[in-house]
Amino acid sequence: MPSLSLNQRALLLSVVMLVVGLLVWEAAIPAQKAVGELTEYERLTGGGAPKAGVPPPSQVLAKAWEELSNPFYDAGPNDKGIGIQIGYSIYRVLSGYLMAAVVAIPLGFLIGMSPVAYKALNPFIQVLRPISPLAWMPLALFIIQDSEASAIFVIFICSIWPMLINTAFGVAGVRQDWVNVARTHELGHLKTAFTVILPAAAPTIVTGMRISIGIAWLVIVAAEMLVGGTGIGYYVWNEWNNLDLTSVIFSILMIGVVGMMLDAAFASLQRAVAYAE
Amino acid sequence: MTKPFLSIENLTQTYPDGQGGTMTVFGNATFGVEKGEFVCILGHSGCGKSTIMNILAGLAEPTSGVVVMDGREVSGPSLDRGVVFQNYSLLPWLSTLKNVSFGVAARHPEWSKAEVLEHSRKYLAMVGLEGDVIHRKPSQLSGGMRQRVSIARAFANHPKLLLLDEPFGALDALTRGTIQDELLKIWGDSGQTVFMITHDIDEAILLADRILLMTNGPFARVAESVEITIPRPRNRTAIVEHPNYYAIRNHLVQFLGKRSKELAGQASDGATQSPETVRIDLTDAADEPTPEPRLRAVNT
Repeated sequence: MPSLSLNQRALLLSVVMLVVGLLVWEAAIPAQKAVGELTEYERLTGGGAPKAGVPPPSQVLAKAWEELSNPFYDAGPNDKGIGIQIGYSIYRVLSGYLMAAVVAIPLGFLIGMSPVAYKALNPFIQVLRPISPLAWMPLALFIIQDSEASAIFVIFICSIWPMLINTAFGVAGVRQDWVNVARTHELGHLKTAFTVILPAAAPTIVTGMRISIGIAWLVIVAAEMLVGGTGIGYYVWNEWNNLDLTSVIFSILMIGVVGMMLDAAFASLQRAVAYAE
Repeated sequence: MTKPFLSIENLTQTYPDGQGGTMTVFGNATFGVEKGEFVCILGHSGCGKSTIMNILAGLAEPTSGVVVMDGREVSGPSLDRGVVFQNYSLLPWLSTLKNVSFGVAARHPEWSKAEVLEHSRKYLAMVGLEGDVIHRKPSQLSGGMRQRVSIARAFANHPKLLLLDEPFGALDALTRGTIQDELLKIWGDSGQTVFMITHDIDEAILLADRILLMTNGPFARVAESVEITIPRPRNRTAIVEHPNYYAIRNHLVQFLGKRSKELAGQASDGATQSPETVRIDLTDAADEPTPEPRLRAVNT
């Protein structure tokens, strides 16, 4: 037998686990009894009607094929393609996230550079950070008076903390030697910030950004279930109300896939700014 | 008396000792360095050598006293004082070439990008770094190569004063020898004023015009200024044959081994602490009126 590389063996194992898992799932779904096999009583109590149950994987795959072959159709408020729904969610996540980055990274820089600012802001951060982002929702809805903007605000408030804390931590931890190099070369404050401190702290900052985008994607699903209208979170809840579990399972998988892609994008950014000492 | 090029006047450094009082690292240290001179400072750990270095670099403020260079008081870091740090202090996210060129660009903001790169390459070549190596990141270089980059970065900026903080401390003996030779060569070509900290007696004798000896802390002081009466150009294998070599070396070993302890712990009471000049020269004893007492002092 030819020896396989580590990656090949891992891939083989993954495929085996997937196939076995799907087969077990398929086999675990009780088959619908044919009408002929039912007793009269069962038929009279509606036993012949199709039962709502967890769908087998084959049905989910068929649904996935159907949805993904036409992802951008729009047939009214309650019937939009999965691509449109995911598009709305990504748009909300990115707008809230970018606003958070614009606030958190400069503020984190300030906190990291100044021990006074750190001590002064620390109590606020410690109190605000553990608040579940959805707890802000009623207040946001009341103040902003717009469900769309409130969802974006919730994303903003949940993504700001990891970026803020990591930026401050990264900036504060820049080696004094590198700062001394900047000082002995008479670099100004702004030049030092951009040419020495930013690249030195970049790996820590990007780690914070990666954590933030992960949290934002977790939160958007819940936020959209609350605000409704559009988005993947709304889609899941809507399909639950339709009792279409096939679509629910399919959209759960899509949430996972999109989350993975967002994470992969930040992982590659992380590699780009990494350096070895 | 004219002031030397670099004049350290009544430099005092104290730190709080953690019990409400203060601990004096060194008090009223006073010495000078002439233009174009290569001066090494030797002393035990904790005597404040690095503190003096940081004050000269402008990275630290002394408790009292002033440093005057070229007629102007030193305050804050400046491109006129280049520093080679013990741990190289290269920026790990920049390539070797960029590590040098960012310094050159800071020194000569009016230069074009091509001029900056050309100048940087020239100085990297002087320390033997050419070709693909200069596009590598510092993490892909050996310790010796990293210190070469650091030296190239410092020399490329033509500072008026070059400060070397134990530049070869982390290198193995063979690499150290090679880079010492390169340092001597590049220094010989540039005529730069150099102030260097070292722990290595042989290194100090090979490189320096003058060695400053520090007593142990606290209340450390620069006790002696030993002239190295061995003609240049020097060569590591040839200088050990020179009659003055072991006389000087013995003097230094005696000082560091014994007298640095005996002289330690004396408060200066505000008096200026200038080093005593020591000249050991066995080659022309006739020119030296009193070489014997010095040598006797060495041997006691």
